[in-house]
Amino acid sequence: MTGPVVEIEGLWTRFGRHDVHRGIDLRIERGEVLSLVGGSGSGKTVLLRQMLGLETPHRGQVRVLDEDLHACDRGVLQALRNRWGVLFQQGALFSALPVYDNIALPLRELRVLDEDTIRELVLMKLEMVGIEFQHASKLPAELSGGMVKRVALARALALEPELLFLDEPTAGLDPDRSESFVKLIEGLRRELNLTVVMVTHDLDTLVALSSRIAVLFDGRLVVTGTLREVVHSEHPFIVNFFLGERGRRALEAVWGTLGLGGNAVRGKQ
Amino acid sequence: MAEAALQKPIPELRRVAVPAGGCRIVLRGPWNLAALAQGLPKLRPELAKHALDAGCSWDLSAVTALDHAGALLLWRLWGRRRAPQLVLRPEHESLFDDLAKERELPAPPLEWWATTIALGQKALVLLGHVGGAIALLGQVTIDAAGLIRRPDQIPWREISASIFRTGAQALGITAIVGFLVGVVVSYLSAQQLKQFGADIYIVNLIGVSIVRELGPVLAAVLIAGRSGSAMTAQLGVMRVTEELDAMTVMGIPHTVRLVLPKMIALAISMPLLVLWTNVIAILGGMMAARAELDIGYRFFLSRLPEVVPIANLWLGLGKSVVFGALIALIACHFGMRIEPNTESLGAGTTQSVVIAITAVIIVDAIFAVMFSGVGIFK
Repeated sequence: MTGPVVEIEGLWTRFGRHDVHRGIDLRIERGEVLSLVGGSGSGKTVLLRQMLGLETPHRGQVRVLDEDLHACDRGVLQALRNRWGVLFQQGALFSALPVYDNIALPLRELRVLDEDTIRELVLMKLEMVGIEFQHASKLPAELSGGMVKRVALARALALEPELLFLDEPTAGLDPDRSESFVKLIEGLRRELNLTVVMVTHDLDTLVALSSRIAVLFDGRLVVTGTLREVVHSEHPFIVNFFLGERGRRALEAVWGTLGLGGNAVRGKQ
Repeated sequence: MAEAALQKPIPELRRVAVPAGGCRIVLRGPWNLAALAQGLPKLRPELAKHALDAGCSWDLSAVTALDHAGALLLWRLWGRRRAPQLVLRPEHESLFDDLAKERELPAPPLEWWATTIALGQKALVLLGHVGGAIALLGQVTIDAAGLIRRPDQIPWREISASIFRTGAQALGITAIVGFLVGVVVSYLSAQQLKQFGADIYIVNLIGVSIVRELGPVLAAVLIAGRSGSAMTAQLGVMRVTEELDAMTVMGIPHTVRLVLPKMIALAISMPLLVLWTNVIAILGGMMAARAELDIGYRFFLSRLPEVVPIANLWLGLGKSVVFGALIALIACHFGMRIEPNTESLGAGTTQSVVIAITAVIIVDAIFAVMFSGVGIFK
């Protein structure tokens, strides 16, 4: 149980005649927060979907929690799926079910817990993500964007996963909400001892959460390492992404620790 | 280590007698949800037995993994309190901390008047739909009048594209359904007519029923399901993606560019489709009549105009113009009222089809009453 949580070897993904990934190797260790970054259409979300077994590799293999996703039998895969939680970009709450049932669903699907235990667990999860109990009977359509994400996070955590996948956790949230959501994720990660794999565009989220960053460009991982290692890379995409005007502003708080010299934002004291 | 990795660890429970009297219950292995999902059914009776034993102390120091689900399970077993003598790993301590807190779902407020309100709202929604559809019709009429004065602004391309989509592309489905209905009606009628030796009247029956009633209504129902739903969905998607708002902002009126062309197109393609359906259905009827009653094609066709007054055809085609415009109007009305979310899109499309088909049949009944004296041989 000490191997990497996710291990990808020589992964190729092909859509029609277009290669999205061309030989990706990636190891994610227990307790890490790995962020996948890259431009729009660089295949970040597809790589995440590969780790979830939602896409089939053209070549190469994907191992999650010591199981090869495409070479194990259904029972193993099912048990594996109960050990991870996924937060989809739009939340992907079941629109026909109220908040309470959305979170209770994965617990009920286990078919070993009685309804009282499920109720207490659901309420604990709601409390964990800071949703008041009076919202439990609402339908997802009646919730605000921030609440949808929180409820979706509660559902992702319902089965007490070891591994949490986040697809654009802060996309579509205002800066204030996105900051509190990042704090929430960080707090829960510490408390529950999670390994987190995250796809994000948002530099602030990236800086606040990740322990390691993998940069996806042109179907390959160009750099994988800590923020410090990544910003020291010479790759033009990275220079553009992290050291452009916006990047410098986001990195301002941690600039001193990166060893790049000078000020984060030029012309500012 | 290697063995442990090969064999999945399971939650275990052991009862150890203590020399000083009483007993100790030792838990080992993972007590988290993933492990309990497998092991709980087997452990449950044992756990229940030990829980009743008040003199026991519990030792959880050999538990490798514990989460909220596992902690909650034990907590409930101990009667919602900590076991009297509990040995716990320090890192698991925090899991039991906040279990004592009462968590209750607030009961939904009882509203005895909720049903009445819901009923009233339904009625208001219905009135709103009727009002909205009439307003849309009015707006389209005004726009049409405006376009007659400025013919260069008539959206020909949209009209033509709509005619192609709703007319030409619907030829296949209307032909199949028309043919089969023709065969079935003819076959069943032939069985009855044979008993009275009135074989020859198959021509009257098939001719009048198809030309006057079945052709127009069948085609209208098919088109309401096929093209009406497509129109609602198209407008609904445009609402969801804010395309409708973009058009408004650019100063392009929805009714002129989206609703009017669809209504005109369906009012044109509907009678053409009905004509086509009639022809195919009569063909089907003719084939069944020949097979069943031995009535030749030449005879059937020469007798058809004699026994079916031409007024029936004009009535059928006239109805179909109204059906076409009505289907498009209802489809557009529902399409425009779709709210920018996906549930509303699905519900709106379903409603649109159901209402359009119902409206077609109601209007058909009105036509039947109004023109009861037309096209009947005395």
